[in-house]
Amino acid sequence: MPKSLTEKEALKAYRDMLLIRRFEERASQLYGMGLIAGFCHLYIGQEAVVVGIQSVLKPQDTVITAYRDHGHMLACDMDPKGVMAELTGRSGGYSRGKGGSMHMFSREKNFFGGHGIVGAQVPIGTGLAFAHKYKEDKGVCIASMGDGASNQGQVYESYNMAALWKLPVVYVIENNHYGMGTSVERSSAGPNYYGRGQGWGIPGEKADGMILGEVREAAQRATDHARSGKGPYILEFDTYRYRGHSMSDPAKYRSKEEVEDVKIHHDPIDHFKTYMIETLKIKEDQIKAIDDEVKETVLEAVEFSKTSPEPDPSELYTDILKEKVPLQ
Amino acid sequence: MTTNQREDILMTDSSLITLSVREALRDGMAEEMTRDETVFLMGEEVAEYNGAYKVSQGLLDQFGSKRVVDTPITEHGFAGLGVGAAFGGLRPIVEFMTFNFSMQAIDQIINSAAKTLYMSGGQMGCPIVFRGPNGAASRVGAQHSQCYASWYAHCPGLKVISPYSAGDAKALLKAAIRDPNPVVFLENELLYGRSFDDVSQDQDYVLPIGKALVRREGKDVTLTAFSIMVGKALEAADRLAEEGIEAEVIDLRTLRPLDVDTIIESVVKTNRIVSIEESWPFAGIGSEIAALMMEHAFDYLDAPVLRVTGADVPMPYAANLEHLALPQVDSIVEAAKAVCYRT
Ligand SMILES: Cc1ncc(C[n+]2csc(CCOP(=O)(O)OP(=O)(O)O)c2C)c(N)n1
Ligand SMILES: [Mg+2]
Repeated sequence: MPKSLTEKEALKAYRDMLLIRRFEERASQLYGMGLIAGFCHLYIGQEAVVVGIQSVLKPQDTVITAYRDHGHMLACDMDPKGVMAELTGRSGGYSRGKGGSMHMFSREKNFFGGHGIVGAQVPIGTGLAFAHKYKEDKGVCIASMGDGASNQGQVYESYNMAALWKLPVVYVIENNHYGMGTSVERSSAGPNYYGRGQGWGIPGEKADGMILGEVREAAQRATDHARSGKGPYILEFDTYRYRGHSMSDPAKYRSKEEVEDVKIHHDPIDHFKTYMIETLKIKEDQIKAIDDEVKETVLEAVEFSKTSPEPDPSELYTDILKEKVPLQ
Repeated sequence: MTTNQREDILMTDSSLITLSVREALRDGMAEEMTRDETVFLMGEEVAEYNGAYKVSQGLLDQFGSKRVVDTPITEHGFAGLGVGAAFGGLRPIVEFMTFNFSMQAIDQIINSAAKTLYMSGGQMGCPIVFRGPNGAASRVGAQHSQCYASWYAHCPGLKVISPYSAGDAKALLKAAIRDPNPVVFLENELLYGRSFDDVSQDQDYVLPIGKALVRREGKDVTLTAFSIMVGKALEAADRLAEEGIEAEVIDLRTLRPLDVDTIIESVVKTNRIVSIEESWPFAGIGSEIAALMMEHAFDYLDAPVLRVTGADVPMPYAANLEHLALPQVDSIVEAAKAVCYRT
């Protein structure tokens, strides 16, 4: 565990991970109640990845990911109310109800989505890095993808450009062992995603994505590298999603034992909590206070997402172009 | 190839059974894979998961992993691979989990599959089927709710089919697999679970590509539709009948080549036509029908052609906005009355 983690930082990391966990549990309930519809991909199990990375980012850094994005948004400090209200398709949502679970953005928090087409976020993240370099703002882009996404051709087109032009981008592969119902063994020749930049001279490493400290250290090395002008870096995190791919997936392609084993022995939040208590000597009541605060925050988000009104019908024809589009 | 009309069979063949569109598609593939060793199915989650929407249920068990192939998530790659396999003498069925993801692969579909016969002076040919659900599902947002009918129908060298009923889905899919050209086969997720009692069990029964079907006869106004919108058009026709308007509903079934004759024949009778589709209005299937009517049926029209389409916006997620973005029975009724000059 990194010595650099102060008590305050530890409490924040714990709080952020717990917020994601509780938020997603509630989202699942709202889905069951019919308040959320369509695709909804939960991040439960992978919390340490986004929280660990976010903990080393600077304000100018940018983040982009795919559709399993609620965790990224909460880690970026986006308002849980706005995220939940987008899930319910209400006007108080980040996209005013027009995007849904897979499509949310926040310029203020430098979160660039929220993308539904597997792999498409990777070149876009490379472009955000291009802009960082162009503007000389010392920013780095974190472009996240899944193990399944890592096989899309545009990922490799991005690697080449990023290496060629030394772009400040960290490619993050959240290897949760499955792309929908396909295990990495069945989707990918060669098990190492972190090594796939070798041909272009892009350094890469793999770390345990269930252990916050490991994520944080690896992310620090990667962002230091990219920020210093040396070009892209690839991080692969070994992680796991507890729930089905989306709400409609019964996940029959893996055994209950496999899932239970991870939950019991490798849960990122349990692990970190133990570390806080045993190593950092943080008191239980401090942790309890966070548990309570998180619960309250999520309940407020749920309440907001239920009471925020549906978008006004006129919203159907707004935001198509920057100018107002005349009705036909 | 048998190209008997099911209209005839409907009267003579008592072996028609009821199946969901999902089952009918599966049976169609299974029959063709049994008939022809070179037919294989490839796509994301088609084998071990039995299809993301369970359309390929049981095919892996029946035909094995040589012929039912799970791919990585690499649409551009496996679509191109399918084209190469077709050049090499096989008959691939390439499933896109949804047609939204065919945009990753559209270059191979158009530049490689559709154009090579022409570019090779007739030597090559590419017998391949690209299939999967098309159009809006429910509440899945802008990147997952789009109709590609007019995109693909635009392109010479492709055939484009978009069936409504289970019987048509099976018989047209079989025809697509047997066809020596690249065929884009547009299904609809919301129809997969819907059952129809029109499915032929005759393994040799295929429908001709390029033939529309008059699903309801009427003398006052023609409604053209395809895929899920056929159901809405039929509902609208029921409503119109209550108000004394007899609508003729044409299920286009094939979009390229379009069965213009059947549409004209109807318009000659009704003198009014409304085109219905889920996709965007600009340069849509309805625009094409309007142009064709100008060219071929101008003298028979008593009112301008009207189009009922999806709203000209990316699909919103919010329930109320999504409803407004999609063509509804009300808007079809309204348009039909408008061309009849009724209020
Ligand atoms: C281009 C494209 N193809 C297919 C899909 C359907 N799809 C959505 S998520 C997914 C699996 C992706 O797995 P992975 O990249 O490992 O991410 P995870 O869901 O595990 O976070 C698939 C096939 C899609 N959205 N876009
Ligand atoms: Mg994955």
